[in-house]
Amino acid sequence: MSEVAISVRDLRKRYGAVEALRGVSFTVTAGEVFGLLGPNGAGKTTTVEILEGLRQADAGEARVCGLDPQREAAELKQVIGATLQSTTLPDKLRVEEALALFAGFYRRRRPIEELLQRFKLVDKRRAFYSQLSGGQKQRLALALALVNDPQVLFLDEPTAGLDPQARHEIYAIIEELRREKKTVLLTTHYIEEAERLCDRVAIIDHGRVIAHGTPRELKQQAAGRVRIELRLAQPARDGWPRSLDAVVDCHMLGDTYVLHSTSIAQTVVALVRNLEAEGNELVSLEITPPSLEDVFIELTGRRLRE
Amino acid sequence: MRGSPTKLLTAVRIRLALRNPAYIFFSVIMPIAFLFGFFLVFGHSGPGAVPYLVAAVIALTVMGSFWGLSLQLVLYREQGILRRLRLAPIGPTPLLSSSVLANFVLTLPTLVAELLLARWMFHLRSLGSPASLVLLVVAGGAAFSAFGLIVASVANSLQETQVINNALWTLFFFLSGATVPLPVFPLWVQKAAFFLPATYLVTGLERAMVLGAGPVAVAQDVIALAISFLAAFEISRRLFRWEPEEKLSPQARTWAALALIPFLLLGLWESHRPTHIQQMQQLLQKAAPHGFSFFGR
Repeated sequence: MSEVAISVRDLRKRYGAVEALRGVSFTVTAGEVFGLLGPNGAGKTTTVEILEGLRQADAGEARVCGLDPQREAAELKQVIGATLQSTTLPDKLRVEEALALFAGFYRRRRPIEELLQRFKLVDKRRAFYSQLSGGQKQRLALALALVNDPQVLFLDEPTAGLDPQARHEIYAIIEELRREKKTVLLTTHYIEEAERLCDRVAIIDHGRVIAHGTPRELKQQAAGRVRIELRLAQPARDGWPRSLDAVVDCHMLGDTYVLHSTSIAQTVVALVRNLEAEGNELVSLEITPPSLEDVFIELTGRRLRE
Repeated sequence: MRGSPTKLLTAVRIRLALRNPAYIFFSVIMPIAFLFGFFLVFGHSGPGAVPYLVAAVIALTVMGSFWGLSLQLVLYREQGILRRLRLAPIGPTPLLSSSVLANFVLTLPTLVAELLLARWMFHLRSLGSPASLVLLVVAGGAAFSAFGLIVASVANSLQETQVINNALWTLFFFLSGATVPLPVFPLWVQKAAFFLPATYLVTGLERAMVLGAGPVAVAQDVIALAISFLAAFEISRRLFRWEPEEKLSPQARTWAALALIPFLLLGLWESHRPTHIQQMQQLLQKAAPHGFSFFGR
């Protein structure tokens, strides 16, 4: 077993009447990419900000690289890197000035040229922060997070608000960090991100970890189930897809029925029978293995992004 | 780039200010416009009036520091820039020190330009006591930037900052002697004026430039400004907030008023034994024996 980079035990935090964290526990091993997956307001950012030393927990224990984020904040900040949910820099600060400024705050530092190249900012080195696109700003935020060659990296919703192309650029960067065996804790409410980027995932909801494991282990919790998405030519009378054989749950996503079934064969046969009886037709039918979304739905009865 | 966080932040903030047209307007163009404005209106009041007017313009330039500085910090807080800096291993001290230092470096060229213009265009013959001038500008610059830091610590939003700044500026502008000569006011107003930090800067500079008062003679003013710098800096460091969501408690705001204690004591001292007030009367006599003439009339 390799060494523990982050350990969190029974973390609790309350903002007035709102209980943001109700006993969060998990550990992150050095060299893994760990994802906190959950809907907005689940407590992901609060958890990360406690680990970064930006907020104080009401109760519980947190350690990052063996350091207490509150009492050893100065030392901790030397060895971690982080991107915030939205990083802002002064409009008239140039890319290379931002990197030089932040590099100057740390004992350990990576060469700025290397960071500019790695994050494809060489052409933008003289650009003002305000002239960068959303994707470029996020790449600069990541470069700033790596400026001190940190032992642990916190990425809070690293792709939120980015267009698909920029999002894939960020994925490629995180995949590269994963190959380099950097310890990364990232939060996300995108299933795709958690499945694609994370070695292990903790699903967090209403301030509690409700499941954790590798994406594969988690999906096995929903084993034996498939996801069936179907669209019909005309609306189904009395919402009959809901009561098809072997269907455990059903919801509408626009004009699409999303079903979970324990038996593809039984459900599909029943579907064909119902279509014939009603004189309705199938526009599309898609059958997929379970995703982390299905795990979330099974655990909470809700979709991740509602 | 190597250096302490304070040095790095100071260098970056000087660069950012120079790229900001609002800074150029408020910190360079406006003070120099004051100089020309003053001379346009009062310039014909005799040769004694020249150092008197230059002293007032220099005082206004130094006093203006608090304005931009407080807005900048509050803006950084509201935009989340402070939040990002907070993730780095720096505390509030380098950030606040860099505000004061950058402001100082940025104000100096304006002051030099004002003195040179006054010499070339309005025939300023002597600086009076250059040593006193330097001491007062340094202590005043530090004190007024630290007042800016306090405003930034106390105000919860950009609007609040503007309201506080306007109130302070109005007081400093009209009641410090920088625009309206103090002896014009009834005695009780003059006494009240000596509770304002700005008045010590203005009267100190006027005495240095008109009467040639040396460092010993202006020591009281310099010390008052230096103490209030230290008090204001320490209080703003304690009340410093990185996040816009952290609101300041009313007790903390009362705390901020402690920075004014040196002036409260000086004000009481002055109303008890009004040496400054008497000196201002003599000073005005010397500067404009026949009163100020408006537009040469």
